[in-house]
Amino acid sequence: MPILEGEGVTKHFGGLAAVSRVDFGVGQGEVVGLIGPNGAGKTTLFNLISGALVPKAGSIRFNGENITGLKPHKICRMGVARTFQSVKVFANMPAFENVLLGSLFGCSTGTSSAAATREATDLLEFMGLSAVSAIPAKDLTLGNQKRLEVARALATKPELLLLDELMAGLNHTEVAEAMELVTRIREQGITVFMIEHVMKAIMSVCDRIMVLHHGEKLAEGTPEEIAASKTVIEVYLGE
Amino acid sequence: MNTTRVDLRKVWVPGLLLIILVLLAALPVRRPGYTVILVGSILVYIVLTVSWVIFSGPTGYISLAPAAFFGVGMYASAVLGMALPLPVVICIGGLASSCLALAVGALTLRLRGIYFAIFTFGLVELIKHLLLWYEINMTGTRGRFVVLVDNNTIYYVMLAILVMTLLAAYLIRRSRYGLALQSIGQDEEAAVHAGINVTALKIVTFGISAVFVGAAGAIWATQLTYIDPYIAFNPLNSFMPVLMAIFGGVGQLYGPILGAAVLAYSREVLITEFPYYYMLLFGIMLVVAILYLPHGLVGLMQKLWLRVSGGQHANT
Repeated sequence: MPILEGEGVTKHFGGLAAVSRVDFGVGQGEVVGLIGPNGAGKTTLFNLISGALVPKAGSIRFNGENITGLKPHKICRMGVARTFQSVKVFANMPAFENVLLGSLFGCSTGTSSAAATREATDLLEFMGLSAVSAIPAKDLTLGNQKRLEVARALATKPELLLLDELMAGLNHTEVAEAMELVTRIREQGITVFMIEHVMKAIMSVCDRIMVLHHGEKLAEGTPEEIAASKTVIEVYLGE
Repeated sequence: MNTTRVDLRKVWVPGLLLIILVLLAALPVRRPGYTVILVGSILVYIVLTVSWVIFSGPTGYISLAPAAFFGVGMYASAVLGMALPLPVVICIGGLASSCLALAVGALTLRLRGIYFAIFTFGLVELIKHLLLWYEINMTGTRGRFVVLVDNNTIYYVMLAILVMTLLAAYLIRRSRYGLALQSIGQDEEAAVHAGINVTALKIVTFGISAVFVGAAGAIWATQLTYIDPYIAFNPLNSFMPVLMAIFGGVGQLYGPILGAAVLAYSREVLITEFPYYYMLLFGIMLVVAILYLPHGLVGLMQKLWLRVSGGQHANT
């Protein structure tokens, strides 16, 4: 059974169909990539899944449960965590507190302060951020801020992690590190659904790729199939 | 490296607070009369400012509603003061304000930034004019008399409310919800996606902060002996807490206390010494503070402390 399923998901902004009748499915333990030109509706789709936006039509199910139109904090507590395209960290708070908030509030079962502190410390370690844990998030490098976002998302103990352009703006070394990070997250049994523009990364990390164009699903398949698909190449490079 | 300093703090901060509390409690015995009224009015402003900071400090939602909550407390006292004992009246004042805050919060806390500030300010005017309309059309008289309470009782009640306000502010601040409130101020969208029920948290905190303002209003009204909508819902009571908090610096809990104490005292002195120029002088003081003390009195003190201690902790 897929962990995440969407059926005919639609969202309009005024007259523009940002996402139009999109069906999708993400299997347990998979790493699925979501690609498409700018304005294709990728982030809008993530916003619909995470509850930031409510779809006009269609339904989204997580673990078989209908989560369409639920409040974002509820969806987060059910086990869907996300990061943001433009980094959103709690700028004036130390890195540690950024992650601690995820541990304290992101879990449906509730966490004691001591357990949350331990979790946050471990996660900072896992992300290689122990050295900067006391530094305000705004003073971290972009790469570290992105790691911090991932750490905060992981602190909510998700089953599904939505990564919105994790690698945008990172240099070569950082991209390699981020790719390795995605693999390590998957090894923990967390399903990953990721928007990415760095083709090298997405081709090597993902099991499956879905292509959006003008809000509609254009193609879906393994990285090899997508790389060979004529329609996808046309969308990206022109005819 | 600074463990010794932390340990010291654990001893002298509560100690200092206790000494101040004892001094304040002994005041009516040692200096009865005008001093008690003066200090009582300073305590009112500290209550208003600290309750404002409970909600608006971490979240950055500038609320201009304190005058509404204060006024509701005053009217509760004026309407019920003859019929019920004082502690009950004060509790009702606080609860009525809190209910208003919860209702208004549920309606408006989806507004952000300047829209929220304007709406809360509109609330003060709305209630004021509704009451005026009611009094003129229904009862035919404007304003009411408030039951008399002696000055020392007023003072002790004020002090008790202040202690509760400070306790609430401190406990919220150091709890996980204090951290969550702070995260709302930093990035509300990220906060909600980290699993924080921001709407509920904002509304409840707004409601809690209004309790103390309402209670303070209820006891304050007894000192005025007569109130009408213009007195009870004076917009200055909305602006003062904001100014006092900024003047003191909102980063630390003692900032707003300091700001409120200094400004409330200077206000009293200026009113008595220069009744005609008081607003002008007060305004100049504020302009100077905003220009030269960007982080309030707290920022100034921290700067001085660094200079005294030779900046040896600058990099820790």
